Amino acid sequence: MAKTSSVFKKIVMAVSGILMLLFLIAHMVGNLHIFQGAASFNHYSEWLRTVGEPALPPRTLLTVIEIGLLVSVAAHMWAAISLWRQAKRARPQSYVTKKSVAQSYASRTMRWGGVIIGLFIVYHILDLTFGAANPAGTDSTPYDRTVASFQNPIATTVYVITLILLGMHLRHGIWSATQTLGQSNRRRERTVSVFAVVFSTLLIAGYLVVPAAVVFGLVD
Amino acid sequence: MSLTLRIWRQNGPTAKGKMVTYKVTDISPDMSFLEMLDVLNEQLIVQGDDPVAFDHDCREGICGMCGVMINGEAHGPQQTTTCQLHMRSFKDGDKIDIEPWRASPFPVIKDLAVDRRALDRIIQAGGYISVATGTAPEAHSTPVPKKDSDAAFDAATCIGCGACVAACPNASSMLFTAAKVTHLGLLPQGQPERNDRVVNMVAQQDREGFGGCTNIGECSHACPKGISMETISRLNHDLLGALRAGARPKS
Repeated sequence: MAKTSSVFKKIVMAVSGILMLLFLIAHMVGNLHIFQGAASFNHYSEWLRTVGEPALPPRTLLTVIEIGLLVSVAAHMWAAISLWRQAKRARPQSYVTKKSVAQSYASRTMRWGGVIIGLFIVYHILDLTFGAANPAGTDSTPYDRTVASFQNPIATTVYVITLILLGMHLRHGIWSATQTLGQSNRRRERTVSVFAVVFSTLLIAGYLVVPAAVVFGLVD
Repeated sequence: MSLTLRIWRQNGPTAKGKMVTYKVTDISPDMSFLEMLDVLNEQLIVQGDDPVAFDHDCREGICGMCGVMINGEAHGPQQTTTCQLHMRSFKDGDKIDIEPWRASPFPVIKDLAVDRRALDRIIQAGGYISVATGTAPEAHSTPVPKKDSDAAFDAATCIGCGACVAACPNASSMLFTAAKVTHLGLLPQGQPERNDRVVNMVAQQDREGFGGCTNIGECSHACPKGISMETISRLNHDLLGALRAGARPKS
């Protein structure tokens, strides 16, 4: 019972969210290798697969990250879906007139935004990890796949919109996790909110410089 | 003032309800919202119609009985109780939608009156301290830091009206439960049962069928007593501590 309480589910949501957030920081920094040229970017990708060799088997780091992410995504989705269902059950009849006074666009789009981000991740992996959904095909280098993807206006638009949505998801998520883990109070509320906005904006800007560079021809 | 009211009419818990339009005239801006409804009901009684059922008791803003949704806001446009909302908050000719609190743990009894006993059961699950009662003890025998007593008092101002549930997009009772957990958890008298209190009250609010908190903040804005979201953080903090200490809810 304690492990199925709504608050426990929120704790699962907060902890898994924080783990994924740490990955997002590392992923964003890794992406910036593209500005050092094709060789550096491809070498970074290769390094991720061989780091620790020969002491560790190949792909040790990646496998650990992949398992961590899979568990986090599954836990995050489990908590979200069961809380979503609980909320639906709690108000079967909606108001004829309802005015919202406190909610932000970010907090209102958490659930459907999460679904869209989830679908995007599937496409993103097929596009840039496996190359199956990439114009450059499966036997291309990571650099080629990145450039090919962002030279396609539709893929770039999808990327930019989803990343902005992700930024809003993080903006409410950071604040919400602080509350859920019991670290917020009246004095800190503002600081946490400002931090969430600044952090999400910087992180997403870090991601968006890559498609911007490809679109404006700085990287090709 | 003349007003057009659209009021939720529902004959009983299982009956189907709908919005019904009424016109009221000669409303003084100095009337409270409930007095305006009294005028409407007198008019309905004279016409031989069924008066609108709505909850009210003290009409002083301290009992928490009179909550209704007014134009989509719990207790209407001011951050106060419906009985302390005055008609000067509206303009002549306004259209006002009045609905009951909507949440499955708050079934409609009739029209605008809902059964809020689910909140009482959350209190019964842990919102108390077990001490022998009698004459008030000497106040100086249990020192309480000023900061804690102020924060505890802020939380203790909760009147259990249910506006937080009504305003919450998830129909969650978190702000209510958190106010009680905070109020008792900050005081020395609340310490012996602190861990059991939080796990049992959270378990009970889930059992009643309230939604979960997503930290949106509608509750705090709707609360006539301005209970802060800080209390929810405190509840979460207490719950984490209680789970670590091995506290489990009673079944």
